[in-house]
Amino acid sequence: MVLVFAELGNGNLKKTSLEVAAYAAELAKNKNTECIAVAIGNANAGELEKLGNCGIKKVLHADDDKLNSVYSKAYSKIITEAAKNNNADTVVLSHNSTGKTIAPRIAIKMNAALLPGVSSLPDGNNFSKTVFSGKATAQLAAKTNTVVITLNPNSFKPHLTSDTASVEKINVSIDAKDFDYEITGTEKESEGMVPLPEAEIVVSGGRGLKGPENWAIVEDLAKVLNATTACSRPVADIGWRPHHEHVGQTGITIKPNLYIAIGISGAIQHLAGVNQSKCIVVINKDPEAPFFKAADYGIVGDAFDVVPKLTEAIKQIKSS
Amino acid sequence: MKILVCISKVPDTTTKISFTDNNSKFNEDKVQFIINPYDEWYALVRALELKETLDGTVTVINVGKADNEQIIRKALALGADDAVRVDTDPADAFTVANEIAAYAKPENYDIILTGKETINYNSGVVAGMIAELLDLPYVSLASKLDVDGNNLKIEREIEGMKETLKVAMPCVIGAQKGMAEARIPNMRGILASKTKPVKIIAPITNEIHVQSVSFSLPPEKGAVKLFSPDNVKDLAEALHNEAKVF
Ligand SMILES: Cc1cc2nc3c(=O)[nH]c(=O)nc-3n(C[C@H](O)[C@H](O)[C@H](O)COP(=O)(O)OP(=O)(O)OC[C@H]3O[C@@H](n4cnc5c(N)ncnc54)[C@H](O)[C@@H]3O)c2cc1C
Ligand SMILES: Nc1ncnc2c1ncn2[C@@H]1O[C@H](COP(=O)(O)O)[C@@H](O)[C@H]1O
Repeated sequence: MVLVFAELGNGNLKKTSLEVAAYAAELAKNKNTECIAVAIGNANAGELEKLGNCGIKKVLHADDDKLNSVYSKAYSKIITEAAKNNNADTVVLSHNSTGKTIAPRIAIKMNAALLPGVSSLPDGNNFSKTVFSGKATAQLAAKTNTVVITLNPNSFKPHLTSDTASVEKINVSIDAKDFDYEITGTEKESEGMVPLPEAEIVVSGGRGLKGPENWAIVEDLAKVLNATTACSRPVADIGWRPHHEHVGQTGITIKPNLYIAIGISGAIQHLAGVNQSKCIVVINKDPEAPFFKAADYGIVGDAFDVVPKLTEAIKQIKSS
Repeated sequence: MKILVCISKVPDTTTKISFTDNNSKFNEDKVQFIINPYDEWYALVRALELKETLDGTVTVINVGKADNEQIIRKALALGADDAVRVDTDPADAFTVANEIAAYAKPENYDIILTGKETINYNSGVVAGMIAELLDLPYVSLASKLDVDGNNLKIEREIEGMKETLKVAMPCVIGAQKGMAEARIPNMRGILASKTKPVKIIAPITNEIHVQSVSFSLPPEKGAVKLFSPDNVKDLAEALHNEAKVF
C-alpha cells in the first residue's frame, strides 16, 4: 500500500498535493498495489473528492480545526498512524516546507529509508535525485522495506481525469504536547504571485538593472507571463529586492518551465539554484557573460531596451 | 544557554563536480572544502551572537573522519568554545542524525542548530530526524531567531509566506538565510582555535538506510540560440511555438 499526504491550505488542496497524489497513484500502479491519501485539517466542500482526478480512490480525513496549521509532531503522528493502520510500506509527501519538516519524523517513526527531493518515479529500487545543487544526479537505493519519499515541486505533472475519491473521516489521538510550537502570525510575501518554488515561469533580475527603481520592466514582463519574480543574491543583499526573492545556491532552488534572467552574470552559485529550469532565457549586454553557456535562448543587448520589447511581443502573441 | 551547532563539510561552491570509481564516488582531487554555508553563515554565527549577548557556550559537532579537522578549526576560530567529532564517514543522513542525537541526549542542549540543507546532498533532513530521535520540537527554514525567556521567537520563510512562531526550549532549529550575517575569523580567533578542545568520539552505529549507488552529470547543454535586440519578437515567437513555455 502507498500512502500519500495531501496538504491543504485554507481548506483547498495545494498544487503540490495534486502532484504528489498523481505520483503516488502511479507508483502504486507500478507496484501492483493501492494508493490512499491522508488529509489533515478542515477541507472545503468537494475539495478532497478531487483527489480522485489524480487516481486516488480513498481519502482519510483527520478533520480537526486545531490542525489547520502544520505542527511537525501532530502531523507526523497522524500520517504515521494512518500508514500503520493501512499497512503502507511507502509514504509520499511533497518536498516543500511542510514535507521537509515532517518527513524526517515519519521516517524515524517507521524506521523507513527517507528519499528526499526525488524528481521521478523509481527505476526498480533506485531513486534518482539531483545533488551538488543541480550539478549532478545521484541514484539512491533504499536499504529498508519501508520508504518515505518527498517529491520535488513542479517535477511530476498530473494527468487529471474526472474520477472522484471517497472520503472517510478518521479519529486521531492528539494531545497538547503534539503541538510543538505556537504559530503567532503569518504574513503573505509575494501578494498575488505563485510562490517561487512552485512557479512555472520565473522572471529574475540582477545587478545589471542598476537600482530598485528600475524593476518595473521586470515586473511588467512577469505580469504578462503570470510569472513570479526573483533576483540574484547581491540584489537582495543590498536591499533592492526582498530576501525571499533570492535564488541560487544559498537562496531558493527553483525548477520552473521557463526562467528569464535579466542583467544577471550567471555566477556558478546563481546557476546552482536555477540550472534545473527546463528553458532558460538570458538577456545581458555582455556577450561573454557566463550565463549564455547555460542558456537555451538569449539576447545580447541592453535590458532597458530589450525587456519592454519582449513584454510587448508576448502580450501580442497572447492576445492573438 | 547551551547551544550545539551541527556543521558539515562540503565542496567549495565553485567546485567543478566529477566522479571516480566508475561514477560511484565524488572526486575529491584538488577540491577545496568549506563548512556548509547554511551551517556557518546562519546557524553558527547566530549561535555565537546569542552567546555573546546572553552568556553560554557554543559547541560544534561534525560527523566525519580526521580530515574534517580543518573545518572544525574554522568554526572554533569563528568563536565556538569547543568541538566534537564523531569519527566515522557517514553514508547517509540517518547515520548522521543517529550519531548526533546519541551524543546530544545526555548533554541537554537548550538549542540544537543545523543548516537548512547541505549544498552537496541538498536533503535537509538531518535536523528533523534529530528532533524525532530526541522527541524535541522542530522548526525548519528559520530565518530569524531570538530568545524570549524559556522560548525562542522564530521567523520562518516558507512558500511565499513569512510565519512567526514561539517554541519552547529545548528544541531543534534548521537555519536559512536571514538569521545572521557571515563573519570572517580574526587573528585572535585563529590563534585561540589552535588550543580549543576537540573531542573525538566513536560512532554508535553502522546502520544505514539509503545508499548512493551511482552519480551522473547532466547532459551538456546545446549552444544557446541568440536573437538580435532588433528581433525581440522572434524570441517571443520561439518561446511560444518552439519551446512552448507560454
Ligand atoms: C558562497 C557563495 C554563495 C553564493 N550564493 C549565491 C546565490 O545563492 N545566488 C546568487 O545569485 N549569487 C550567489 N553568490 C554570488 C555570486 O557569486 C555572484 O556574485 C552573483 O550571482 C552576481 O549577481 P549578478 O549577476 O546580479 O551581478 P553581477 O555579477 O554584477 O552581474 C551583472 C550582470 O548584468 C549585466 N548588465 C549590466 N548592465 C546591463 C544592462 N543594461 N542590460 C543587460 N545586462 C546588463 C552585466 O553584463 C553582468 O553580467 C554566492 C557567492 C558565494 C561566494
Ligand atoms: N556529517 C555531518 N556532521 C554534522 N552535521 C551534519 C552532517 N551532515 C549534515 N549535518 C547537518 O544537517 C543539516 C542538514 O543536512 P542534510 O539533511 O544532509 O541536507 C546540515 O546543514 C548540517 O547542519
